[in-house]
Amino acid sequence: MSREPAGDVAVQVDGVSKRFRLPQEQVHTLKELALHPFRRRRFDTLHALRDVGFTVHSGEVFGIVGRNGSGKSTLMKCLAGIYRADAGEMWLRGRMAPFIELGVGFNPDLTAHDNVLINAVMLGLTPEEARARYDSIVEFAELHEFAELKLKNYSSGMQVRLAFSVMVHVDADLLLIDEVLAVGDASFQQKCFDVLNGMRDEGRTILLVTHDMNQVRRFCDRAMLLERGEVVTIGDPGVVTRRYTQVNFPVPEMDELRAEAPPGDPSSEVQISDVWTQDADGNRGAAIMQGTPCALCARVDFGHALQEPVFTLWLSDEQHRRVFAVSTAPEDAIGDFPAGSRAVLGTSFDNWLVPGRYTLSVQISDEGPGARIIASRENATSVVISGETRGGGIVEIPHAFFVNRLSSVPPRAQPAVKGASR
Amino acid sequence: MSAAIPAHRVRGPSAVGGDPRRFWNLALTLAKTDWKVRFFGSALGYGWSLLRPLLLFGIVYFVFSYVIGAGETVEYYGVLLLLGMILYFGFAEISGGALTSMVDRESLLRKVGFPRAVVPLSVALVATMNLALNLIVLAVFVVASGVNPRWTWLLLPLPFVLLLVFATGVAMLLSALYVRYRDVQPIWDVVLQALFYATPILYPIELLAAKYDTLAKIALLNPIAALIQEARHLLTGAPSLSESLGSTALIAAPVAILVGVTMLGFWVFDRMAPRAAEEL
Repeated sequence: MSREPAGDVAVQVDGVSKRFRLPQEQVHTLKELALHPFRRRRFDTLHALRDVGFTVHSGEVFGIVGRNGSGKSTLMKCLAGIYRADAGEMWLRGRMAPFIELGVGFNPDLTAHDNVLINAVMLGLTPEEARARYDSIVEFAELHEFAELKLKNYSSGMQVRLAFSVMVHVDADLLLIDEVLAVGDASFQQKCFDVLNGMRDEGRTILLVTHDMNQVRRFCDRAMLLERGEVVTIGDPGVVTRRYTQVNFPVPEMDELRAEAPPGDPSSEVQISDVWTQDADGNRGAAIMQGTPCALCARVDFGHALQEPVFTLWLSDEQHRRVFAVSTAPEDAIGDFPAGSRAVLGTSFDNWLVPGRYTLSVQISDEGPGARIIASRENATSVVISGETRGGGIVEIPHAFFVNRLSSVPPRAQPAVKGASR
Repeated sequence: MSAAIPAHRVRGPSAVGGDPRRFWNLALTLAKTDWKVRFFGSALGYGWSLLRPLLLFGIVYFVFSYVIGAGETVEYYGVLLLLGMILYFGFAEISGGALTSMVDRESLLRKVGFPRAVVPLSVALVATMNLALNLIVLAVFVVASGVNPRWTWLLLPLPFVLLLVFATGVAMLLSALYVRYRDVQPIWDVVLQALFYATPILYPIELLAAKYDTLAKIALLNPIAALIQEARHLLTGAPSLSESLGSTALIAAPVAILVGVTMLGFWVFDRMAPRAAEEL
């Protein structure tokens, strides 16, 4: 099945699997081996990658997302030629530069000058190329006056700048970037992205492993979600990142919720027997996309009769802030519930909460000023809202932005002659 | 990118890889780095790499030639002693230094895909450089001792090259084993000590042969001893390897050991290389 990929394919991965053998008893000394020569070494096998396949076209920016331990880094290391895959085949087109870590081979006792040359050679340049690009590398890192300083005298920020600058100058057709952009301050990250955008415009192919879903949406043409070493989905970054949110914030099973129902004599108590959320299609417990309709629901078993009760439902965010609460009022005239009756109640609304995990609480109280609580289930279930965060508030009310320019201010300090000539 | 750029298949890490130029560039770069770091911060810098053997050899030469008087029975004893020490230390530096090299370079091996044999080989390169500098010092002693130039000096590089090849083979074997078995290091420390005294360096082989002829022949089965003996012969006309062994055919034994161990070293390393990054 060995076949070279088509001309516009930069990366082709077919059925790649990788297993790690984790010895249960680490035999690390010859003595142990000599004492127990026939003891079988037992291994746990970790399937880091299972039958992974994908294709990246030239000039594409391809995001790889997944939880810790989902196999992202293993995949990168297989592509970079650090690990040998157990099965499958991988094809790359053009010069590949791996950025599993910034500043590979940096030695604190050597000058920045030496370190740049070492690092560049490690990343695939010839020593001549590295020397030719040295000036430009130091220029880009804005470290010219420190070039002959030992690296250990550099601040960590300066080291990162230097390492990134080398990376930019390696001039590869294909870049494998494994979370290295997570380091550095905000302005450095912005610079990284400006540079990567420039590389994209030049038609280079970039594989980007990241945990930052915003990076994926901002930057990638396509993305792939890995889970337990398997490909979950490949496609549009928006779709993939939504799946990531769902996979990453699993919703507890409904059975567990039922088991949590408070004990009590069903014949005499008013019980909230079930609490759930559902999306527009009526799927219980699913993650809910921001901007789509959804409902918060509860089922109540009336062990005794209740007249004009007040139902309250509320959502709390992870900081236990009550983000959204609704309550029935006496004037809603809900009516009476005879003993033994059952009801499902709830509220439906368009979900404009910011992405995150929320918990749902339900409470039933008496009408009137005393507001005696008859039944209550706090934080009975949780729901994940997926989507994008743009602002930083706790809700994202549908809105329109407007910027109206006020009457233009006349340019100051303009030479009068110039003004007159217009 | 145009379709003119050929696609290549990723086959994972190997010992040597398919690009000799890159292999050489990497080995040289790592070796240079080691060399620079070695004398980092010292006032004399690289001067020490000449000064240190000069001082050490001066002491050894003086003690053994004049104080102990071991040199009275053997012509050019001091020079032969230094030659033996230089060759043996070269072997010890390569094998002992390369032993931990894969583990020392762990961060590199786990972050970049490159031919794995670069790592022990860079150690061998540094040691070779050191050996070359030691030879300059040796030349000083050779001249000072009044050894007459001979045509056989032209053949001297041969035992040196063979020793470097043997040492590199052992280095490959040890560095590969050390990845999995960490007590190779203390074992090898002891072996190097024992081998130093089992090799006719401090004592000339003739001294041993006069008392225990068989023991002397067994000692010369050791490739290091055989190469030292041959180098001594080429330098000063001391008894050659075949003379010491008593027959030319017996030379095949140390040669076979040399070739066998070297090939074993490269074979073991080649088998380990693809998994090195995982096992570290």
